[in-house]
Amino acid sequence: MSLTLEDPRIVEFDVRTDEMLVNMGPQHPSTHGVLRLLLRTDGEIVHEVTPHIGYLHRCAEKIGENLSPPQWIPYTDRMDYLAAMNMNLGFSLAIEKLIGMEVTEKAMNLRVIISELNRIASHLVGMGAYGLDLGTFSPFLYAFREREIILDLFEEVCGARLTYSYITMGGVTHDLPDQITIPPGLAQLTERDPNLQLSWSDALRMFLDWMGPRIKEYHTLLTRNAIFVRRTAGLGILSPEMAMSYGCTGPVLRGSGVDYDLRRDGESIYTRMYEGYNYKIPVAPFADPAFGGIPQEATLGDNWCRFFVRMMEVAQSIEIVRQALDRYPSTQGEYRLPFKMNQKLPTDEVYLETECPKGSMGFYVVGDGDAEPFRTRAKSSCFCNLSVTGPLCQGVLIADIPAIVGSLDIVMGEIDR
Amino acid sequence: MNIEEIHQRLVARFGDAIRELKTGVKDPWIEVAPESIALVGEFLRTEPELRFEALNDLTGSDWLETDPKKKTPCDPHVEVVYHLYSYSLKHWCKLKVKTARWKGGVVGELPEVPSVSQVWGIADWHEREAFDLVGIHFTNHPNLRRILCPEDWEGHPLRKDYEFPLEYHGVRGK
Repeated sequence: MSLTLEDPRIVEFDVRTDEMLVNMGPQHPSTHGVLRLLLRTDGEIVHEVTPHIGYLHRCAEKIGENLSPPQWIPYTDRMDYLAAMNMNLGFSLAIEKLIGMEVTEKAMNLRVIISELNRIASHLVGMGAYGLDLGTFSPFLYAFREREIILDLFEEVCGARLTYSYITMGGVTHDLPDQITIPPGLAQLTERDPNLQLSWSDALRMFLDWMGPRIKEYHTLLTRNAIFVRRTAGLGILSPEMAMSYGCTGPVLRGSGVDYDLRRDGESIYTRMYEGYNYKIPVAPFADPAFGGIPQEATLGDNWCRFFVRMMEVAQSIEIVRQALDRYPSTQGEYRLPFKMNQKLPTDEVYLETECPKGSMGFYVVGDGDAEPFRTRAKSSCFCNLSVTGPLCQGVLIADIPAIVGSLDIVMGEIDR
Repeated sequence: MNIEEIHQRLVARFGDAIRELKTGVKDPWIEVAPESIALVGEFLRTEPELRFEALNDLTGSDWLETDPKKKTPCDPHVEVVYHLYSYSLKHWCKLKVKTARWKGGVVGELPEVPSVSQVWGIADWHEREAFDLVGIHFTNHPNLRRILCPEDWEGHPLRKDYEFPLEYHGVRGK
């Protein structure tokens, strides 16, 4: 008896998998906003990933050509809305560099406290959301519990919880409040009277004292968790050469072993803010014993290293904020120097990068004698970090795509501008 | 290496293709002839004493004065600005390429600048953005499509004479 092609016994063993195009996003929860990834898949293997961006494009650069710098500050808030303070700082410094302005010691001190605190908040979201991408829910709750207190503290300083417009040309908009009611979350966690009145800096100290030891919990939950390590270590390996060529910055670059942090290596207008602070810059493969070593499975430049850089930066930022708070009472000068709404910009152009939580945010401003810049340009760090997705995701499993994209810690508001 | 030394190296190698060293400004820059920019970029990245591994920023800007009251209007042109950085040697460099606003003076024909995407990986996306928003055609680019605006968008928004569309797929603009 011969078999024919129609015979089910043959058809069963003759199944071929064809290449298939799969759209991931723009509404997919693990793409961190409105990012669309077009996957060319062969079964579970991904051959090619093409990111499609622009769903959140507002042409902020064009708007910036019609507004004076103080008016454009709120637009910088809406770029990286998870670290708006750092966005404000980057643009303010670019304008200060353009007009040759120097802020006071007190303003620099306040900027350090606030922007480092925002770095902690941003990395907490990065950690929590990365856990969600990999299918664990609890770290997200821990991260948001802590972040809530930071947002409450920001609200006491400037009245806003996300879009602060706090750091501005000439300094910051308000000094730290002398007396606040303890943030409800902090009162609950530290078991204090919810009506307790204290100064803002005391509330922040109380929070840092409480949070410092909690970092160990995150490491138990995620960093050293066997499942987490299996999902991240050895995956999405980004070589230092590729990281530099693709313009990757921030934790992505340091996770690939390039020792570069603008707080130390940047331009003097930015680095002088951080003079005299004692902190370490975590760089893969984390040779410093203070970082506690890396698991055997981890390789230089993989997802785990990028994640670990962020976690270590949280601890370092806590140290910086503590030192800045100690300095605060003795700092000299006004918290804000006058900067007019229609201050004329000189005919010149500057480019300045600052170390934002997600990478180096660059602002390029061209002045032509008017109050409105002739050209404003925001170079987004996430934009460059995302551009490496294509080469990084070749030949991985579909399930690893969220693990790789999540480890880049992107914010679409900043990519699309 | 500071910008004067880099300029000397480039002049020794490329001669007339290096047009000008602009000093006396906050960020001094070197102006390069448009047709040579890809070769200059490759030289800057590979030369052992220069080693510019990273292209920090690439952007375009449209120089056209739209304010009639302005006393000293700028010379109409389009420029591409490159900010380079060397991680190994810790020095930086800023390059500029200037070209006419429209190719051959024909309105709507985009000016052409060679792509540096073969030199730095990130230039691929930055050039797509400059093409999309400023309207510069990068020759030899592997995939010059719009990146931020929709594929069927008309015009280049960062052009100074750009007019916002009155309607887009049934959505009123103004």
